[in-house]
Amino acid sequence: MDRKRSSLNLFEDIDLNYKATELRLGLPGTDDQPEIKTSLSGNKRSSSEMESSTCTDENESRSASPTKEQVVGWPPVRSYRRNIVQGKKESSEMGSGMYVKVSMDGAPYLRKVDLKMYRSYEELMEGLQKMFKCIIGLYSEREGYNGSQHAPTYEDKDGDWMLVGDVPWEMFITSCKRLRIMKASEARGLDDSL
Amino acid sequence: MAYSFPEEVLEHVFSFISSEKDRNAVSLVCKSWYEMERWCRRRIFVGNCYAVNPKIMIRRFPEVKSIELKGKPHFADFNLVPEGWGGYVYPWIVEIARGYPCLEEIRLKRMVVTDESLELISKSFKNFKVLVLSSCEGFSTDGLAAIAANCRNLRVLELRECEVEDLSGHWLSHFPDSCTSLESLNIACLLSEVSFSALERLVARSPNLKTLRLNRNVPLEKLSTLLQLAPQLVEFGTGVYSAEIRSDVYASLTEAFSGCKNLKGLSGFWEVIPAYLPAFYSVCSRLTTLNLSYATAQSPELTKIVSQCHNLQRLLVCLDAYLYPIQVLDYIEDTGLNALALSCKDLQELRVFPSDPFVADANVLLTEQGLVSVSEGCPKLQSVLYFCRQMSNSALITIANNRPNLTCFRLCILEPRAPDYVTFEPLDAGFGAIVENCKQLRRLSMSGLLTDRVFEHIGTHGKKLDMLSVAFAGESDLGLHHVLSGCDSLRKLEIRDCPFGDKALLANASKLETMRSLWMSSCGVSFGACKLLGEKMPGLNVEVIDERENLDSLHESCPVEKLYIYRTVAGQRWGSNKVLKKALLVKESD
Repeated sequence: MDRKRSSLNLFEDIDLNYKATELRLGLPGTDDQPEIKTSLSGNKRSSSEMESSTCTDENESRSASPTKEQVVGWPPVRSYRRNIVQGKKESSEMGSGMYVKVSMDGAPYLRKVDLKMYRSYEELMEGLQKMFKCIIGLYSEREGYNGSQHAPTYEDKDGDWMLVGDVPWEMFITSCKRLRIMKASEARGLDDSL
Repeated sequence: MAYSFPEEVLEHVFSFISSEKDRNAVSLVCKSWYEMERWCRRRIFVGNCYAVNPKIMIRRFPEVKSIELKGKPHFADFNLVPEGWGGYVYPWIVEIARGYPCLEEIRLKRMVVTDESLELISKSFKNFKVLVLSSCEGFSTDGLAAIAANCRNLRVLELRECEVEDLSGHWLSHFPDSCTSLESLNIACLLSEVSFSALERLVARSPNLKTLRLNRNVPLEKLSTLLQLAPQLVEFGTGVYSAEIRSDVYASLTEAFSGCKNLKGLSGFWEVIPAYLPAFYSVCSRLTTLNLSYATAQSPELTKIVSQCHNLQRLLVCLDAYLYPIQVLDYIEDTGLNALALSCKDLQELRVFPSDPFVADANVLLTEQGLVSVSEGCPKLQSVLYFCRQMSNSALITIANNRPNLTCFRLCILEPRAPDYVTFEPLDAGFGAIVENCKQLRRLSMSGLLTDRVFEHIGTHGKKLDMLSVAFAGESDLGLHHVLSGCDSLRKLEIRDCPFGDKALLANASKLETMRSLWMSSCGVSFGACKLLGEKMPGLNVEVIDERENLDSLHESCPVEKLYIYRTVAGQRWGSNKVLKKALLVKESD
């Protein structure tokens, strides 16, 4: 097949600047990593940790505090398969609340969260706030989510929309089918009906 | 032309040509061949549903019986493609319902399929026979009920790893009593119970049923009933493989399995109770495919099973740590994978999944040794998918030397950027050996610590490489440049979290038109470069998927979150916007 690359190459004048790309056996977390990789913060390790420890040592130190903030989509195991494996391990917890869809009013895309990754409402709110870059704040029995622009709601097993935070966490994760972050003004209506 | 074959002869010759590539080549020979070929093409494969529109397809190929469509990019499997991105099948169904009333087969992968679409399918094609949905979502059991009720001659209904909204298990009862044509039924991904009596009756009246894959909820105790009704089965997927240990259940299951003389493939096995495993030992020697990947296999059981499966060609397992050889002084413990290497000389494909990929457990150590053993012992091994926690260059080099016939090699070291665990060096040499020795390698997925050097090896040696998946690798644009300029056969490239920016992409812009698609996420490609590419390359759609606020005021030099580029003759997805911006949670209306 005719490789017409050179004639169709519209960008021949782009200088690849080989000098600037000296090959180095650099370790992760060094200077030349671009800024945008915010998703990797959970996995960067200092160079001393890497060189001095064996695999088992690393595993030991990590098992002390299980990573909450995992890299999205890594390892590349399909959620279908993850749910099965996790369901088996935690069958005592009645794992029906795994991946649920999350939408936020005004945001262009839906997301999915794995409720198993969080251990409390605080953690969930933190996760959602990071994901949607919004402020939700914390729930108070008296005031609901008053004082913030958004209020998280969820659809339970019966199809009813409830304000997140009104039931104990364990009960919440087994009954939550999907999440929706509403504008606070709309959510006030829900609050009244509780 | 006096010297050319009469049309009927050419048509007859063409009827033996089934491969897409060959058909496409035939159509390029001359105008009359193009004409003849297009009238007799019966199967169409569309690898990217946005590369072409259905009207164009129907106009060119008027008499198609079978269509296969793929939608979302592969990384959608790992939640990297946000919901609402696309892949809606409905607009396609509307067109093909009009254009191909005699259509018999639809196969869809990674597409959003609504109940509406399923209903339309069920009512539009009077001779509809085959529906295969892989990794699809968006529909419920109501849609399945429509298919069951209306497709009188349905032969194949397969739901492979789909997300289905389970409204009712009674959809199965919608198959009319007169439906006796079923050859394949795969409902493994359904989460709720299906009506067992409806299932039983369906199986009983389907003498041609060759493939039956049940879902989890079908209890072990009921398996023998079904197997006795369908002893002609070739592929069988159990439900949950655990129950109270009862000798009568065990005995009838053993008898039922031994009655299945044609059984070649087994799957299912959610939650295995080892005591029940011997029930299927009688079929082991005939098995060519065994999928145990939904249950964590324990070494002794796995060893027993594979030792009897002398004809095994394809094995999928989910492994726990201590299956791997542990060197205790001079003694290497026997393991399931060692047993595989010894017993299964016909093995062609191996997939090893991690049992708990997300928990770093001190006692768990998935090593490379199992894979090295299998590469030594199984001369026909061609395709590997392997998850592990540690890898070394020497192991990879050994594997490459043992198995130059590898065509698909996908290695996932669970920790991103993990180096050679012995030398702490990057794994460039190891993967380099793989691409250099395995000259027929078509698919490669890499992991671990990798510099630009590995990409140089790939560009130099990966001439047959069709699909490459890269994560947390490389150091500069040079890496991407090596791949784009060197891999002659490359069609699909997916990259995440690599320091690749604008230069290599823009310098190899024309290469992108020879590929199906390029995915880049969490890299360093700027918004300005995307716009430039979109403007200069009319044959490409350049989609920026970015969920930040104020995308309209994004600075030219700002890197985009995700980028999906694909060639197309269907034009832009949304009006004349060259770059997809935001707010696109609308259903496609065209």
